[in-house]
Amino acid sequence: MKQIPLLIFLLLAGFFAVVLFKGKDPALVESAMIGKPVPVFDLPPAIKGKKGFASRDLQGTPSIVNVFASWCVMCQLEQGILEEIGRAEHVPVYGLNYKDTPEKTAAWLKKYGDPYTAVGDDRKGRVATDWGVYGVPETFVVDARGFIRYKHIGAVTDGAYQKIFKPLLAELRK
Amino acid sequence: MIVNIGHSALILALFVALMQAVIPLAGASRNRKKWMLLGRRSAAFLFMLVSISFAALIYAHASDDFSVLNVVENSHALKPMIYKISGVWGNHEGSMLLWVWMLSLWGFFVERAKNLPLPLQARVLAVQGMIGFGFILFILLTSNPFLRISPAPLEGMDLNPVLQDLGLAIHPPLLYAGYVGFSIAFCFAVAALIEKKVDAGWAALIRPWVLAAWIALTAGVASGAVWAYYELGWGGFWSWDPVENASLMPWLAGTALLHSVVVLGKRSALGNWTVFLSILAFSFSLLGTFLVRSGILTSVHAFASDPARGIFILALLTVAIGGAFLFYGWRAPQVPSGAGFSAVSRETALLLNNVFLFTFCMTVLMGTLYPLFLSALDLGSVSVGPPYYRAALLPLLAPFTLLMGAAPLVAWRKGTLKNLSIPLTLTGMLLVIFFPLLREKPLSLLGFGMGGWVILATLHDAWKKTGNKAPRSYYGMVLAHAGFGLLMIGITATTLWGQEKILWMRPGDRVEIAGRQLAFLGAHERPGPNYEIKTGVFTVDGGTMTPEKRWYPVQEKMTSEVALQLKGFGLLYLVLGDQDTDHPERWAVRVYYHPLVLWILLGALMIAGGGLVSFTDKRRTP
Repeated sequence: MKQIPLLIFLLLAGFFAVVLFKGKDPALVESAMIGKPVPVFDLPPAIKGKKGFASRDLQGTPSIVNVFASWCVMCQLEQGILEEIGRAEHVPVYGLNYKDTPEKTAAWLKKYGDPYTAVGDDRKGRVATDWGVYGVPETFVVDARGFIRYKHIGAVTDGAYQKIFKPLLAELRK
Repeated sequence: MIVNIGHSALILALFVALMQAVIPLAGASRNRKKWMLLGRRSAAFLFMLVSISFAALIYAHASDDFSVLNVVENSHALKPMIYKISGVWGNHEGSMLLWVWMLSLWGFFVERAKNLPLPLQARVLAVQGMIGFGFILFILLTSNPFLRISPAPLEGMDLNPVLQDLGLAIHPPLLYAGYVGFSIAFCFAVAALIEKKVDAGWAALIRPWVLAAWIALTAGVASGAVWAYYELGWGGFWSWDPVENASLMPWLAGTALLHSVVVLGKRSALGNWTVFLSILAFSFSLLGTFLVRSGILTSVHAFASDPARGIFILALLTVAIGGAFLFYGWRAPQVPSGAGFSAVSRETALLLNNVFLFTFCMTVLMGTLYPLFLSALDLGSVSVGPPYYRAALLPLLAPFTLLMGAAPLVAWRKGTLKNLSIPLTLTGMLLVIFFPLLREKPLSLLGFGMGGWVILATLHDAWKKTGNKAPRSYYGMVLAHAGFGLLMIGITATTLWGQEKILWMRPGDRVEIAGRQLAFLGAHERPGPNYEIKTGVFTVDGGTMTPEKRWYPVQEKMTSEVALQLKGFGLLYLVLGDQDTDHPERWAVRVYYHPLVLWILLGALMIAGGGLVSFTDKRRTP
């Protein structure tokens, strides 16, 4: 009789554990874009002398698309790790420069590092909207057919690289 | 430098908490006075260390130290100072530090208490030390607010604009003081189980602690409701949101505890039940912390939620709650049970009160967790809203309020029901007089009847007792119960008779609401400290109302500041909506009229105030 509270609590705790270990946050809104082809776009280069960025670039090999801006503080944190991912995983890293100006972008990339194969200038944020972006930074993994496979919200950390990006990219290379 | 000191102080606090958890406990069981006294020293030292740590974090925020990640993520140099400081607990890491600081503060109060027998005090502090150890470890391992960022950015990301409000300075500290305050009752319960001594004396010792935590929690919940009322998009003063429910459950359990402690103190009955409620109230506080902080429930801050945190808090929960209930199941049968009582008596009434409050608590728990159950079992997602709570709680609320009015009139041990006729007749008469007004909304007869009954019955009893020097705690009860009656009437009136109009307005347009003319004069812009302001100017009854829209460029977020004005028995609530992009002179305007909504606030203040009046009652027995 006196152990009933304990039993009820353990039942609840076990259930919470199931929810937590399932790892899927019921609150997290999954991007509607996952499993869909990338939107069609063709952006001019954000930096003079470099290539622009268009949807056709994302065909043929798995790639990373990183939405960033020079005014975004968290973006400073991920430049190093993005560079490492590009180098270690042999994937192109594309930049989608969100609501920014070329001068500020160039200075910012010089200061914090430039991991990008090419950077598209999305000054009005229209293309980012097509990608379903609602904040910077966001990072997408796109497979060789040009389908979006994963979306990362917030700065890419080393932990996210090891746990998510690395296995996913390995799978996509097969 | 100061940030490093804060971090080191917290690490040191971890070891002090460990010492506090172990040595006084051993001292109490072996009757070593020095070991027990060490518990007191540790509690004082712990409070000092956590205070240093908390102050260091406040300093980092106030001085815009952008080498600290927590400051970068939540602050901005242009943010006004009050929000720089309250922003400390406007994020996960800082709020957990506030939680631990409150815990150490309560521990410090226990250390200062003069009336506690040393072994009991040592045991209470030891259990407190265990909780402190667990939570400090949690902060250091998964939620460290002192982490650095290199290179340090020049500017921060600013605090979520919705949180840049006076409410953030008031609501969380009060709420946490209440949440964590129940840890003391929890510690007393565990200590009582160790000593196998649950009697009237124990009830007298625990009562002020329960009362103090309950006052803080009442004020915390009430201030949260006020904030949610004027903050647009939070669904009014109460929307049965899981996070709101998380604060209501410990309040309900705590209210039950407050009443059962009285029975235990007066009549030495309900001992084990009181111990159970002491454990339960804090368990709900912990559960609330878990639900809010693990990201397991719907939350707009799902951004940074880290699964490791959820698992860690769940482990803490299991050790604390599971451990306490296990111990309870083992020890409670060995504690001698108290006296019996007859069917019509104050004891029965208070026991019924407990049954009701406990049922409310479980109903809210079910409603809160049900959506989670379904989504965990992949049965789809639902949301449980006001209709569920209305259907489940209203039928119980009627007998509950009837009991609430009647109970204080019934004597201890053996009473009669004949004292009830006068207030019952009065309530009936009032309902008849106001019947033409109430007829259009039949549910109001129930709401007003219940509220009126509680107020009249309580005041009638107080009036009869004026001559014979009732104790101060009695008047505290009168105030709190009458406040509850006002609260019921306010909720009934504003839910049933509230008015709402949503429309486009051009300068010069007028709209009628609750028999008053509201005119729109126009809108203008000006800069604020870290935002841009657009103000709409309206007039009503010769006075002006100026709702605002604020644009925060750093967070790219828009907030609305509503305009409120007292009109007659109600509150006029005015919101400036969007500007029409095609016709820039047009603005979306929302205007509400909420009759008697201030009675809800007044009622809540009286409930908390009643607690305060009781708290000042210094008698030894409750």
